[in-house]
Amino acid sequence: MSHYIHDEKVKELEVKANEIRKSLIEMLIAAGSGHTAGPLGMADIFTALYFHVLKHDPKNPEWSERDRLFLSNGHICPIRYATMAHAGYFPIEELKTLRKFGTRLQGHPEREKLPGVESTSGPLGSGLGQAAGVAYGARMDGKKFRVYCAMSDAEHDAGNIWESVMFAAANKLSNLTGIIDRNNIQINGITENVMPLESLRAKYEAFNWHVLEVDGHNIEQFVDACEEAHAIYEKPTVIIAHTIPGKGIEEIEFDYRWHGIPPGSGPTDIFAAKDQGAAFLAELRTLGGKIQSEHE
Amino acid sequence: MSINLQAKLVANVTDTTALEMKPTRDGYGTGLVKAGEKDPRVVVLCADLAESTRSQWFRDKFPERYIELGVAEQNMATVASGLANYGKIPFISSYAAFSPGRNNEQIRTTIALNNIPVKIAGAHAGVSVGPDGATHQALEDVALMSVIPRMTVLVPCDAIEAEKATIAAAEHPGPVYLRFGREKSPVFTTAETPFAIGKAVLLREGKDAAIVACGMLVYRALMAAEELAKEGIEVAVVNSPSVKPLDADAILKVARETGAVVTVEEHQVHGGLGGAVAELLARAYPVPMEFVGAQDRFGESGEPDELIEVFGMGTPAIIAAVHLVMTRKVAPR
Repeated sequence: MSHYIHDEKVKELEVKANEIRKSLIEMLIAAGSGHTAGPLGMADIFTALYFHVLKHDPKNPEWSERDRLFLSNGHICPIRYATMAHAGYFPIEELKTLRKFGTRLQGHPEREKLPGVESTSGPLGSGLGQAAGVAYGARMDGKKFRVYCAMSDAEHDAGNIWESVMFAAANKLSNLTGIIDRNNIQINGITENVMPLESLRAKYEAFNWHVLEVDGHNIEQFVDACEEAHAIYEKPTVIIAHTIPGKGIEEIEFDYRWHGIPPGSGPTDIFAAKDQGAAFLAELRTLGGKIQSEHE
Repeated sequence: MSINLQAKLVANVTDTTALEMKPTRDGYGTGLVKAGEKDPRVVVLCADLAESTRSQWFRDKFPERYIELGVAEQNMATVASGLANYGKIPFISSYAAFSPGRNNEQIRTTIALNNIPVKIAGAHAGVSVGPDGATHQALEDVALMSVIPRMTVLVPCDAIEAEKATIAAAEHPGPVYLRFGREKSPVFTTAETPFAIGKAVLLREGKDAAIVACGMLVYRALMAAEELAKEGIEVAVVNSPSVKPLDADAILKVARETGAVVTVEEHQVHGGLGGAVAELLARAYPVPMEFVGAQDRFGESGEPDELIEVFGMGTPAIIAAVHLVMTRKVAPR
């Protein structure tokens, strides 16, 4: 049992995460392009962040004391957009403008277009350095807010990220928390086939980070890990969140081919057939025991 | 026809042996300290090159505002983006070959596209790095930075102008690239010489041709003009430290007055000052042009002055380019 979140709140967030997944599928269908697997897999974590962990004000996205959430793997921005809309940053209806000309919801997120996204991202491996820069500057000024950086697992192929890992540890940036979406897939296949990352935990520990591992679909575990990270003063913390890519829709789950395509983008790909959007929305697993309990 | 008094150059500007010699990187060092004194938000990042980039001078004065990155230029760009995103005014310091050479994408995405006001200082640019050889002689950096939207590109001509450019960069609201050299070069401007982002300064008046130059070769351009004057050829010399934005008015003015333009820079002739001037003149007032710079080739080891001559960027090469461009002049329109 968690000390940091009530069971009732967990239940509430699980329902919220499922609503957000529905918005996610709808916006991807409307966009006709975009990434599906990663955003679905991170729905529970983004819900937990925006509806419980982060200090933020949707009506005042530039609030100077807000916690900062950097999204390093910008391609999963649909989940950030959907969660922000549900949190009140902008109308949920605007989600349908994803990737369309003139939209604030660019295919990869842009700080200049949408207040609250903190940073422009997409090219992989460069979010953690930015988050570390904010954490460093904030500590210089005695600021109390925290800095989070959501990363993919496969972007750890990139050298920039390990430079940032070294920097954050060297400077003992304990106000920085990394969150890794360990979903084991990338565009070309399974991460351990494309470029092995394991042992990711041992690597971070060797770089002098505090490492926590959680089930990325267990809101209680994730919230507890964020709280534990606050209590670590001598080093930065990384939360390795084990997630299921495409979480919530059986046909998408675990299938790396869903990395960069939206539902209904067929007609030739069997894994993205033309009329599947409605079916996916109907299939999205509800709280009938599927979201958390299947991992218990 | 002679030196433009409005440029407020040193009195004995043509007396090469009497001028103080200093590398432009020294101006970065003193400029950082002055910018840091003016504004507590200024922080300086360096990738293991504190002494040679002169960021050490800032470190000595403001150790709590100096941030060491180690040999990690990509991370330096991203950490600086975060610092500026938070509200600091970061300068990132390395050799131009590495920053913006290695971290170009991070500069494009996390600084320029992100519209975050990081100041990028590329030291040891050009063949005048000397013995270190081609790997360390950045000749492409101005092109790399100029092509990026929102980026301001400054190439100061001496240590005094370098200090002014550094201070101006700190006060400028957007991202800025600053280019510096390793080798000592004549200090021929003064505290009173005009400097502003987006402005060029006419150093010498002339009617037969115009030289538009930036960086430490500006002084060689002035010397070339002096030599040419002995032949009766009067060449205007424009110092254009602001490669982007370019001072279109000042450059168009000398193009109209002379009908022939030579650009001079210690950089590839593609994509640098010469390219920028050519793009301007092609649209607004086409005149024959010649381009003094590295002719699509890499540098190599040698002594700085020797390399400047061998690579066709010395005073004789500038004189030859002026002669050539004048043969291509068309009748006044």
